[in-house]
Amino acid sequence: MIAIVDYKAGNLASVKKAFDHLGAETVVTASPDEVERAEKIVLPGVGHFAATKALDESGLRETILTCIERGVPFLGICVGMQWMLASSEEAPDVHGLALWPGECSRFPSGVKSPHVGWNSLQIRDGLSRLLRGVGDGTFVYFTHSYRVPLLTSTVAAYEYGGEFSAVIEYENMFGLQFHPEKSGSAGLSILENFFAL
Amino acid sequence: MLTKRIIACLDVDAGRVVKGTQFLKLRDAGDPAELAAAHSAAGADEVVLLDITATHQKRATLIATVKRTAHELFVPFTVGGGVRTLKDAGAIFDAGADKISINSAAIADPSLITCIAQRFGSQAVIVAIDAKRNENGFQAWTGGGRVASGREAVAWAKEAEDRGAGEILLTSMDRDGTKEGFDCELTRAISRAARIPVIASGGAGSAEDFVHVFREGAADAALAASIFHFGLSSISELKRHLLVAGIPMRYPC
Repeated sequence: MIAIVDYKAGNLASVKKAFDHLGAETVVTASPDEVERAEKIVLPGVGHFAATKALDESGLRETILTCIERGVPFLGICVGMQWMLASSEEAPDVHGLALWPGECSRFPSGVKSPHVGWNSLQIRDGLSRLLRGVGDGTFVYFTHSYRVPLLTSTVAAYEYGGEFSAVIEYENMFGLQFHPEKSGSAGLSILENFFAL
Repeated sequence: MLTKRIIACLDVDAGRVVKGTQFLKLRDAGDPAELAAAHSAAGADEVVLLDITATHQKRATLIATVKRTAHELFVPFTVGGGVRTLKDAGAIFDAGADKISINSAAIADPSLITCIAQRFGSQAVIVAIDAKRNENGFQAWTGGGRVASGREAVAWAKEAEDRGAGEILLTSMDRDGTKEGFDCELTRAISRAARIPVIASGGAGSAEDFVHVFREGAADAALAASIFHFGLSSISELKRHLLVAGIPMRYPC
């Protein structure tokens, strides 16, 4: 069972729909108990970094951290990935999980923001489990105003006024800046890789 | 590299596609869910469904159509037409749309943009502007192009951005249906003034027109309502033409 964490921010239906299409069993839930029992955890995200504050209030932050320490595969999507870092310029008072140091910041001036559309992945680590079978230059769909810097765990980057993290991966921790549920067959392959872990 | 987008548009009335679906050698009328999936498979980067009647009685039909269309679609999906309130928008998002497009209601009450953006995020709000030339420049029209709003189009685009819109869907009323090409001057004026992406619409008559609107018009995306009748068999063929002309495209897709 994959728990899709509901923190009342944005459209979780499309992430669930994509996993359903792949034949995965999912539950959309805001309950720490249900998340605790899941074999895998997905934290989707559209909207504002401040919305992740709800995860502190419901106790889900602690649950998620405990599960990650136990080795449960965890996937953060878009704002869900940004939350895996320490903080974001978008809501400086809200703390991320700090699985990686660093801050999400705005795009440099000179490019339009939000970054909307299909951009290509520059694969940096051919051994990524999440990107198995996904070729260098594959296009995926982004829509976001804040970006994750390059990290030691960046396995794929994208170029938009600089180079930033598209995919981060370390052991059982995975983050995608783009929306795999909106990235056609390439996105479905990535979700299938997560499902198959 | 970020690509330029080709967006397929379906005009829907009472749950059926009524026009603008000639990309695929299919009948004029058709099932929106089937056509949306076919466009996506043929290379459309996004799909827009415009409810052209959007009368009160037909809202329930629209919601059912959106639900069915979203079900097997794994590219971004926008719904426009008749969205007047936060509640209307919420129902459409619940049915599976990723973005909504608002036009007349945003001009009547610009705070609606902020209201929807705060609840669902700016990435989910497209402000559609129907623009027409006058002696001073470009004016925004509402009510499906029947009412002059009195707003200057470039200033309105900037205001929509400041209020939280994530993208602008810009239709040239002067060019719409003419096949004389997009209004590149209009598109460029809005694209240069706004820091959010601009989707150009209205006037396409050839693949070259798309090259111009991306190059001279500085458009970020273009809406393709009906391209089959000017000699292209698919979106994929259009994208190949653009790629050869040096426009970044998601291809093959």
